[in-house]
Amino acid sequence: MSTKFENISYRIRRFDPERDTAPHWEEYRVPYTPGMTVLEGLWKVKELHSPTLAWRSSCRMGVCGSCGMLINGKPRLACNTQIAELSSDTVVVAPLPNFDIVRDLVPELAPMFASHQALMPYVIREDVEEREHPTNEFFQSAHELEHYLQFTYCIKCGCCMAACPTFATDALYSGPMPLGQAHRYNSDTRDGGFAARKQMLVGEPGPWRCHYAGECSRVCPKGVDPAKAIQLMKRELVFDYLGLHKTKCPANVAGKPTDGKRRDNIPEAPPHTV
Amino acid sequence: MMRDQKLWAWHLIAGAVILVLLGVHMLTMHMEGVIRIQSLNPASVEHVDKDRVPQTRDQKSDEEDIHPIDWANVRARGVRTLYMASYIFLLGAALFHGLYGLRNILFELNPAVWLRKTLSALLLLLGLGLFVYGAWAAVMARAIARAWKA
Ligand code: FES
Repeated sequence: MSTKFENISYRIRRFDPERDTAPHWEEYRVPYTPGMTVLEGLWKVKELHSPTLAWRSSCRMGVCGSCGMLINGKPRLACNTQIAELSSDTVVVAPLPNFDIVRDLVPELAPMFASHQALMPYVIREDVEEREHPTNEFFQSAHELEHYLQFTYCIKCGCCMAACPTFATDALYSGPMPLGQAHRYNSDTRDGGFAARKQMLVGEPGPWRCHYAGECSRVCPKGVDPAKAIQLMKRELVFDYLGLHKTKCPANVAGKPTDGKRRDNIPEAPPHTV
Repeated sequence: MMRDQKLWAWHLIAGAVILVLLGVHMLTMHMEGVIRIQSLNPASVEHVDKDRVPQTRDQKSDEEDIHPIDWANVRARGVRTLYMASYIFLLGAALFHGLYGLRNILFELNPAVWLRKTLSALLLLLGLGLFVYGAWAAVMARAIARAWKA
């Protein structure tokens, strides 16, 4: 889009459950400035035309994951999408598909987080005492970190869930975000929770209905590849069924270095505050 | 609860079986002219059906006229227990792989739980029925081939 535009059109899907029986579209014109993001335009709409317009946002820098919405047909982060990159002088904004609508552009994400929580997205270890009151770090090599590092970049914005054709049709399927995060912890060498998560993953909420459309990975604003995580998870679970799954012991506590010499100009770390 | 894990694992195993047995089928039936494997089409020249006269017969040697679907070859393969077993294996693997895939597609239409159970039961019955019928046909084909030989 040429930057000589002075105004831009916003076509926004509105829904107020207290007033409307169904969502409807409304259109607004707002002044355009070069470098403007879709989120900034929404603030302009709120300021100039419709103070009741509702959406979620917080960090304005693609970190918190709260501003996911359907922008010109694709799930994206409003704060991370410049209007110039849409190649159109009309910005069409709707709430993320595959979720109920709370109001206007606010999707109901609670079911996604319930599935996420059910798959135990945290390090599970038998040595609870060490986990809760660590004496030192758990050992993990840089190579082992590589196995799951990209999946830690997920910000739980829900864009992948909105793009997933399987999640759209199968109410029992957990969806790419919870499954990707379950795989993230399953492949973390510090974790010993594969057997616990498996209880859920071997059934309907597991990865089985994914037919690798790959849309989740295409729309992820952080470049995470949940489709890959799901295929790797399928492989792990098939290996497990065939008795070939390598049951790893969670990584041990790394010993304190004994041969290192503290430099005089580096002070001791302050005592723990938590 | 581990039903889906188990079904998926068998889906993959069936896929691998199909790959191998379809490979053998391709070698036997369609790649005769490229790779001649005597043990797959064992009939020799004297078994050739002399009534079948291709248009280009005068340009070819007798050996080239032996086709995988010539009765002599069909019979020579049919009498072997290994071939019969491979037909039954391929049938079982293809039915399971195909019907499980169909079940997945139908489940994407998000049917109610009772309909899911009904569909699973129907597909299981269909698969078992076709398998029994196909296995019976393979066994009978072997019996006929043997009787013919005798
Ligand atoms: S406002 Fe935080 S990711 Fe967009």
